[in-house]
Amino acid sequence: MDATASLEARKTRTAVLAFIGALAMLGVGYAAVPLYELFCQVTGFGGTTQRASESDAALAERLGASSGGKTISVRFDGTTAKGVPWTFRPEQVTDTVTIGQRDMAIYLARNNSDQPVTGTATFNVEPEQAGAYFNKVQCFCFTEQTLQPGQEVRMPVLYFVDPKALDDPNMDGVEQITLSYTFHRAKESAQ
Amino acid sequence: MATTADSFQAHTDDHAHDHADHKPGFFARWFMSTNHKDIGTLYLIFAIFAGIIGGAISGIMRMELAEPGIQYLQWWAEFMGGNADFDTALHMWNVFITAHGLIMVFFMVMPAMIGGFGNWFVPLMIGAPDMAFPRMNNVSFWLTVAGFVSLMFSLFVPGGTGPGAGVGWTVYAPLSTTGSQGPAVDFAIFSLHLAGAGSILGATNFITTIFNMRAPGMTLHKMPLFVWSVLVTAFLLLLALPVLAAAITMLITDRNFGTTFFDPAGGGDPVLYQHLFWFFGHPEVYIMILPGFGMVSQIVATFSRKPIFGYLGMAYAMVAIGVVGFVVWAHHMYTVGLDVNTKMYFTAATMVIAVPTGVKIFSWIATMWGGSIEFKSPMVWALGFIFLFTVGGVTGVYLANGGIDDVVHDTYFVVAHFHYVLSMGAVFSLFAGFYYWFPKMSGRMHSELLAHLHFWGFFIGVNVIFFPQHFLGLNGMPRRYPDYAEAYTYWNEISSVGYHIMAASMLLFFANLVYAFVAGKRAAPNYWGAGATTLEWSLSSPPPFHQFSELPVIEEHHDYHDHIASKDEPATT
Repeated sequence: MDATASLEARKTRTAVLAFIGALAMLGVGYAAVPLYELFCQVTGFGGTTQRASESDAALAERLGASSGGKTISVRFDGTTAKGVPWTFRPEQVTDTVTIGQRDMAIYLARNNSDQPVTGTATFNVEPEQAGAYFNKVQCFCFTEQTLQPGQEVRMPVLYFVDPKALDDPNMDGVEQITLSYTFHRAKESAQ
Repeated sequence: MATTADSFQAHTDDHAHDHADHKPGFFARWFMSTNHKDIGTLYLIFAIFAGIIGGAISGIMRMELAEPGIQYLQWWAEFMGGNADFDTALHMWNVFITAHGLIMVFFMVMPAMIGGFGNWFVPLMIGAPDMAFPRMNNVSFWLTVAGFVSLMFSLFVPGGTGPGAGVGWTVYAPLSTTGSQGPAVDFAIFSLHLAGAGSILGATNFITTIFNMRAPGMTLHKMPLFVWSVLVTAFLLLLALPVLAAAITMLITDRNFGTTFFDPAGGGDPVLYQHLFWFFGHPEVYIMILPGFGMVSQIVATFSRKPIFGYLGMAYAMVAIGVVGFVVWAHHMYTVGLDVNTKMYFTAATMVIAVPTGVKIFSWIATMWGGSIEFKSPMVWALGFIFLFTVGGVTGVYLANGGIDDVVHDTYFVVAHFHYVLSMGAVFSLFAGFYYWFPKMSGRMHSELLAHLHFWGFFIGVNVIFFPQHFLGLNGMPRRYPDYAEAYTYWNEISSVGYHIMAASMLLFFANLVYAFVAGKRAAPNYWGAGATTLEWSLSSPPPFHQFSELPVIEEHHDYHDHIASKDEPATT
């Protein structure tokens, strides 16, 4: 430190640096919100599923076929949060799919109230380590869904299980993946 | 670094007081205070006051838990202005644990350690005339008081099921967002904003003071360990509190302005709040204990009449604890659904902290080894600290294991653990520091007999309270409930008996204060004798209102231990 600077100047400099440090940590606190989301999306942390394009799906299909066409069971689960007057359930509770192969699952939803209700679905898979390998090409959960009073809809999910799962030791012994959705009443989002 | 007095400018006195003891009038002195000793005194009085309230609340809780069933909560619900129904009674329990936790952490331990002893003794020990920013120091104190007022106010406004904020000191979403209607939680959160802002200003002040205002010749490696501990603590405060501020601000906007940071309905995640909270919360536990480490180091060295063993190891152990303390937060969250690899990392990282902590414990023991030990009141409290903190540390290593934590998470075992390190670790170091420095601050000697009796009563009391809670926890009694199965009655009764022993010993503490001011002997400048070698002992007791009219100089031959000029050198004050 510059010993010739006056004490007042040195004190001010230290204090300003300290405040910058505190402000930076405040920024880190807020930055944690998008970073946490990004971290979950990239790593499949906590069973966060992946989004895939048509070409990814085609690639996975070829890869899956070359690795011997193993199958895995997928279980579907659907619930509604408190205050959502919907009946929401999968059409078929389990399905057996070939790894790498695209498959379509259908969920049924009916608005039991006399008002239109907009819902948005949160989702993840169990076991958590399967999140990185569970890819959705199309999903009703990508957008908000509005149901008119008494309206009933069939909502599709187009998904595949990435053949890379076969090479991951953490996926050893995983015979069934549960895909779960919860419908919440849509809110004005912060993001 | 230049060490001559000429190049050192901390003492250019703009005010040019004729004599060092000119004091402003009562109101200006205590309400507009800019003197570090007066502000330290205010902080200590405030901490004692908050401690009485927080301690009384724990008494209510031990009363309720003395036997199974709900006995007193309905009365309290009515007393606080709520309905006498069962749900409100249960809500009152949540309010009590919330208030006890927040008061003890933010308004008792932190103000006493950092605001009280830090303000009083950091400038004295480094040979500075005052803190770097005396007015900011005053702002810090009154922000803390305002925070406390806001927290107290929250007890009397609706908080959902009844009056008060019943969200725990962790304020987890969604209980704190959609789960608690009414303004009480907003006031509780706002109190954390205020106390946090005060602490950040205080931390900046300490960092600036310690880096720029040390006496000539006092290099960083010659600073007393208490100053080191406050420096590390200040950095932890500066880096951890803004993250809490961010998290609780998001809570406020989630509650009031429709954001969904922690609400899955809008794409948020309540687990993110836990990550943010514990990123602050874990450094916070070191914030509460590090200044205690520093005080115990001073005291053990003084009463062993030996320099502290392994000075540099002691200083850098605190730095290491501070650094590693930032990367272990998820060990508070083992049951939120972390995967095995994450748990493995946090288990290993947490256990690493036991290494620098062990360095400290063994260095204290090595300091006493072969020393000329005097069992004065500060020393017995410091010894109690070392023993009880180690007990809490051992259960800490046990709890650090992700696998074991699955079993004991949220049980009384955890309650026992953190009360051993806080209610016994931090509080024993506070009392050790208090008896060490009380005559220096007040100019009056306390009664050694009462201080020893206080120690034994408190030591037995808190052990009877908290040791049985290990058994309760291992037997599966969950924390945060006002009621329990019959099988847990035996140890709960004993635990509540312990509270009475502890409370009785606190009467001795207050009696001792009265004794000191009424009949206490006047304290000599260095009443602990040859073992006390830091700069505050070169001053009168109490020190002059403006100290060090003549600069203390740390000469080449003075090491980290001995800072006081010998007789043939020029005296400092």
